[in-house]
Amino acid sequence: MNARFGEFGGQYVPEILMNAVIELENAYSRCKDDTGFNERLSELLRCYAGRPSLLYYAENMTADLGGAKIYLKREDLNHTGSHKINNVLGQAMIAKEMGKTRLIAETGAGQHGVATATAAALFKMDCEIFMGKEDTERQALNVRRMNLLGAKVHCVTSGTQTLKDAVNETMREWTRRVSDTHYVLGSVMGPHPFPTMVRDFQSVISREARQQILEIEGKLPRAVIACVGGGSNAIGAFYHFIEDAEVELIGCEAAGLGVETPQNAATIANGTTGIFHGMKSLFCQDEYGQITPVYSISAGLDYPGIGPEHARLHQTGRAKYAAVTDSQAVDAFEYLSRTEGIIPAVESAHAVAYAMGTAGGYKKDDIIIINLSGRGDKDVASIARYKGEDLYE
Amino acid sequence: MSKFISFITAGDPSLEKTREFIDVLAEYSDIIEIGIPFSDPIAEGEVIEAANIRALSNGTTTDKIFDMLKMVTFDRMVILTYANPVFVYGYERFFSRARECGIYGVVIPDLPFEEREEAAVYAKKYNIHLIRLIAPTSAERIQTLAKDATGFIYLVSSMGVTGIRSEFDKGLADIVRQIKEVTDIPVCIGFGISTPEQAKKMRRISDGIIVGSAFVKIIAEHGGESSPYIKKYIKEMCENV
Repeated sequence: MNARFGEFGGQYVPEILMNAVIELENAYSRCKDDTGFNERLSELLRCYAGRPSLLYYAENMTADLGGAKIYLKREDLNHTGSHKINNVLGQAMIAKEMGKTRLIAETGAGQHGVATATAAALFKMDCEIFMGKEDTERQALNVRRMNLLGAKVHCVTSGTQTLKDAVNETMREWTRRVSDTHYVLGSVMGPHPFPTMVRDFQSVISREARQQILEIEGKLPRAVIACVGGGSNAIGAFYHFIEDAEVELIGCEAAGLGVETPQNAATIANGTTGIFHGMKSLFCQDEYGQITPVYSISAGLDYPGIGPEHARLHQTGRAKYAAVTDSQAVDAFEYLSRTEGIIPAVESAHAVAYAMGTAGGYKKDDIIIINLSGRGDKDVASIARYKGEDLYE
Repeated sequence: MSKFISFITAGDPSLEKTREFIDVLAEYSDIIEIGIPFSDPIAEGEVIEAANIRALSNGTTTDKIFDMLKMVTFDRMVILTYANPVFVYGYERFFSRARECGIYGVVIPDLPFEEREEAAVYAKKYNIHLIRLIAPTSAERIQTLAKDATGFIYLVSSMGVTGIRSEFDKGLADIVRQIKEVTDIPVCIGFGISTPEQAKKMRRISDGIIVGSAFVKIIAEHGGESSPYIKKYIKEMCENV
């Protein structure tokens, strides 16, 4: 298995973890082409996660924006409310295969934590989730949800108290207890084989979407749009379209208060090459390689790096990356709710916002697919607060 | 002769004080490790992580640390830092500056054997030891890691991150034996050693010990006034052998 995407990727972890990542690579190599494994995973995705997810023609939005035909890939309809379950079920099966009895994971918005806690309950495994203190406050409902599912949630108070710090703490926990524990990394990041393995599990999104759009429309879309933090839903939505040169792939990263302000999480716009969290990739950092604090209204995109395959897709120009501000994302959050009756996760709203700004520029028979990576129930209270209402869950 | 390696974080509480502490440590240490602080030190426990944050928040940078190290006369200085500060500074620029400062070795905990080559070519070019780490989980990797190692081998005492602890991995003596089959360089044990009893025990099975968090804890408590406390502690650790 190739550990790199061009210069990006690799396995930059302490020696304590090297045998664990090698063991994982071996287990994944055994499983990924194993018919039995794939049949069991497909069955779980179908009967437990609710796949295939719908590809929905957003007729009202299309009429309103007056350009391309807009389709929404409804990952928000998956069990647990986001695309995260696709990856977690696969990794939990591999953890079982390796004889592990305990799952640990980081979470930003809480979606990955909820998905991991769900899989742990299903597979009868112990589960501990690490979440930045700031995120436990803005996503309090997801903390309760994880508790309900039987997981222990650790509130991380170091650093910026967000996703980056949750990853630090989960890695530290993994070095403390590696023999019975699998780290369920939630995005296409970290040391090899995570970026490849998580991408493979998430690629079910584009495998379905490509087939669905060909069945419905008889042709490929002009563009596929997805939000990008670490980049797992985006790589999942892009993957089976990468070879289709005519399909634009557009990742939307979090511009926070603006890419030119210090308050953003736009790694492609502002990042430089570095080595962090087990991988060589692009990071928001200073001239001495200190990781800089980032900001986004969206806890799931509030991360100072991006997965190595995205860094490569950006470098080769195969995918384009755009930055979307908090206020654009909040507008899109409300717009999609009113226009289509679908409340998107504030992360996914970044992709919706980009489509709102660009759909009018396409021809009427062009097709755009937006990956609606998650549902927005978890964001209702924080968006209300953003709008100045004193609403707590 | 058993080695004593001490560790402190550069710039905590200031670079002037770091230089003063180095002078105190030099009297008893065979090697002094200086940490170049990193914003996200994933191999460190709370004590050293906090020191990293203190150092960075008072404006400590890699350049200022090199300027300070250039003035240090002790000739067995080792730098400990993470892959990113070295990579972003530029491997060649980093190791050539380290050379100017007479640095003996560099330890990069998140640059494992498989990824070391990108840095190792410059370490070699500038004649600096890129120290290899071996962990309780290294198992069948031990001899591959130890073979051709230079300087000394940093053997991690137990699972987890740096920080004071009461128990060490039970297989350490066996790991040292396996290392000794393929190399003659010293094997020093670090992570969690803080009491003279622990030091004695670890010294019996290895060539030396690395003590970090205990010093950093003293500095966290006494700040700029730490020198006498550092001296008292290191004296106790070394004289009880």
